[in-house]
Formats: sequence, structure tokens, C-alpha cells
Amino acid sequence: MNGGFQAFARQDGGKGIRNLVAVVYLIECARHVAQRITGRFEEGRVHLFGWSGCYPNAYGAEMMERLCTHPNVGATLLVSLGCEGFDRERLARRIEASGRPVEVLVIQMDGGTRAGIEKGTACVRDMLEKIEAVPRVAMETRELIAGTICGGSDATSGITANPAMGAAFDLLIEAGGTGIFEETGELIGCEHIMSERAANPALGEEIVKAVSKAARFYDTLGHGSFSPGNAEGGLTTQEEKSLGAYAKSGDSTIRGLLKPGVKPSAPGLYLLDMIPDGEPRFGFPNINDTAEIMELIACGSHLILFSTGRGSVVGSVIAPVIKVCGNPETYARMAGDMDINAGRILEGHASVREVGGEIHGLMEKVAAGQPTLSETLGHQEAVLSYKTFEPLGPDCFPH
Amino acid sequence: MPAEHTPLLLIHERDNVAVLTRSLPKGAAVEIAGRTMTLPDALGLGHKLAAKDIAKGEKIRKYGLPIGSALEDISAGEHVHLHNMASDYLPTYTHEEGRRFGEDKA
Repeated sequence: MNGGFQAFARQDGGKGIRNLVAVVYLIECARHVAQRITGRFEEGRVHLFGWSGCYPNAYGAEMMERLCTHPNVGATLLVSLGCEGFDRERLARRIEASGRPVEVLVIQMDGGTRAGIEKGTACVRDMLEKIEAVPRVAMETRELIAGTICGGSDATSGITANPAMGAAFDLLIEAGGTGIFEETGELIGCEHIMSERAANPALGEEIVKAVSKAARFYDTLGHGSFSPGNAEGGLTTQEEKSLGAYAKSGDSTIRGLLKPGVKPSAPGLYLLDMIPDGEPRFGFPNINDTAEIMELIACGSHLILFSTGRGSVVGSVIAPVIKVCGNPETYARMAGDMDINAGRILEGHASVREVGGEIHGLMEKVAAGQPTLSETLGHQEAVLSYKTFEPLGPDCFPH
Repeated sequence: MPAEHTPLLLIHERDNVAVLTRSLPKGAAVEIAGRTMTLPDALGLGHKLAAKDIAKGEKIRKYGLPIGSALEDISAGEHVHLHNMASDYLPTYTHEEGRRFGEDKA
């Protein structure tokens, strides 16, 4: 596979597969104004996300910076209430330094809700014009970063959709691309088989440590990454869900361990450790699937592969989400939300490898601009919550 | 119901549970481990049936790997789920009475 397509060249060297304006609220209190501004524009070109809390958090600041300077983002409007804890000036400077147009709307200084919406709308209109001029550049499959996640899992996810996404990941990595898989809390029970796939023994040890950190964290909170819907769908235990989830990583060597917001330093397969470091605080690591998607995007994922059995409908801001449905009964009910029907594997109509090839082919088309179903439907779910991380050690990176 | 029509998938040869590849109604005949049994309740796609007799305390194996332990003796053909097996790591919570998160165990 050496698929080539046209991408958007950013001044910081990044290549994006989408060219959008981000409208970013810096506290929940500014969301309404940001949302009204976003609503004035055609769906798909202007994306809304933000940070809800009033108190500063280093992880939050880092995530917001990574998201606002993601290759798919062409320009950003920051929407501040004015008195919140988020350091808007610092974020604006970082975005500016990446070469992207950025404007800051401060509702308390800019005349309140009505005037704020008008001013913000004018800013976004101007930005949409500006980013039309972003130069196009050739991009290849080997330059793509894809993230993978499963959500609304049932017992089919681990038999059909996840192995097929794993096969697609293997094809991507064979082509020289980069894949990121995650949720160490959903890999509990897989730590030893996973560490055997590490590029070196030191990384293998770090992987085992990362999963035991996840087990400890969830144990303290008293609840694993397991929902009632998982059990209704035939999954009984965390380790059963984990083994199914693990299949989406494919068979490639694991090159390194990432933390949210850290970009892979070389192509290959990476595990994202999303469990906070230190003593458990601030509650559950990722409060829902969209929080995991945001972290995969903050690590540089251009697009996301999302497997579901029960039938998740979520999409995302910034990066297109390709929905792979593992359950043929769910597919029959929700075909309008599902890009790929991996349930055919269960019915004997297709092999894991065939569906893997189909997913890989669709990834290339989506990278070239074809919208996914969740994009067409206007899904743009996004959430971020408080976390604490320590910097990555050198062993977790490829040389 | 002949064996080839039983919609069951044994993912790995070491497994002691098989997975339903189709939802089945109450009373459906299922052939497993050389026995024909009748489903006492409707079962959804993806649910597990014991592929052989499993002793209390024995590991339940799927994908060739342990996914928890049997809480009681389980006969071949029985539904294997929350009522007769449990995680070796973390508890599983559902919307059912007695299994909800935060509910005090009786």
C-alpha cells in the first residue's frame, strides 16, 4: 500500500487530512457562546470543544495545546469567559507559534453574550477564508497516524471487529504508518502476552507496570472499565473484555509507550498509557469513550478506528471516526451509523483478513477526504477531564 | 438440531466455553459436547455456553486464556455468565438488583 493523497500543509510541518476551524471554550461557562458561534456555520467545517473546569491542570493545558495545533486544525478561536483559571494567553501564544491564525474572545471584555457571538462569528468567517489558502501537499499512507478504540463493546467485538481492526493496523504499519491503541484498563489480564510483543525487554517491563497501574487505579475506585451493556452483550468479566479489546492491536511489534499528548517519535505501533500517575485522584481515568478519542487525537492521530458491538454512535471533533460494527444484529438495526460491517465474519460471509483490508482501504479514502458516516451525521462528541501525569521515561520511546 | 446447525463458535481449542454466533429463543435445541440440551431462556448473540463440564474454582478459558473462575460446578451446555463465574481481577456491575455499583452486598 503506497496510497497517496492531497493533504493540508501546516507551517509547523504537520500534514492534515482535514482543514477546519476550532472554536474552543476555556470553561463550561463560555460554552454556550462558543456553541452559538459554531452553529452559525455549515456542519463539518467548524468544530467545537473545550475544557470545562475552572481550576488549572497541567494535563488539561497540554491536551488543549495539542488539540489546537493538531494537523487537521487550520485556525482557532478561543472563547474565554474572562475570570476562569485557564491560561488563555499562553495557549494563544502556542497556537500562534505553530503558524495558525488564532483569536481570543473574552466574553466579559467583549460585550457579553450577544456581542460575543457576533464578534466570534466574524472571526470564524474570516478564519475560514484564510485557511482556504493553506497550501496542499502530497501525503502518503506511511505518514498517517491512526488511533484505535472500542466502545459499546459486546462479545462480538473481540471476535470480529477488533481482530479486523488489528488486521487493518498490521497493514498500516506494514505500509510504514503509525498506529496507537489504548485503554490499559481494558488490557488487564493481557499484560504478559502484550509485553512479549515489546520491541525490547525494558519496554516490556514498562507495559506490565502500566497495566498494573491501571488495575490498581480501578481497584481503588472500585469499578473497572466495564459497563452494564457489556454484560448484557455476553461479556462477563474485565479480563474477557480485555482479551477482546487487545485484538485490535494486531500482531506488530510494540515500538513504544505513549502518554496523552505525546506524539510517536517514529512510525510503528504504540500503546497509549492513559491512566494517571501517582495516587488515584480526580476520579475515573477516562469518563467515557470520547475522552479516550480526544487523547488519541492529542497524540497526533489523523483518524480513529472505533469498533462497537452494542452500537455506539459517537464521532469526534478534529479527526474522522471510522465505525466498525462487530455485531450483525446491531448492524441490521443501525447501518446508517456503521462504516464497516464486521459482523459478516460471524455469519461466515467474510474473513477477518478481508474485513481488515476493507478497513485499510477505507482509511485511505477517508484520509483523501471522503467523509465517514459520523462526520456526515454531524457527530462531534468531545470531553476532557482532570488528570495528572509524570513525564515519560526514555525507555518508553523508540531510540 | 444437527451439530452443524448449532450456532456455536469455539474460539480456541483450549477453551471450555463456546460463543453463540446467533441469538436463540427459549427452548432452542443446542448440541454441545455430544449432548443435546434445550435452552431454558432466550440467549443473545455472543453469550457463552460451557463446552464441557467445569468444576467450581476452575478457570474459564476463552481465546485460549483465562477470563475468570467458575463460582460453582457448571455442566456442559449451561449458560456461563455472571451467575456462575467471576473475574479474577475486578467485580462486574450491571443494572440488575444485587449487582449494581455502590449497592451493599447482602
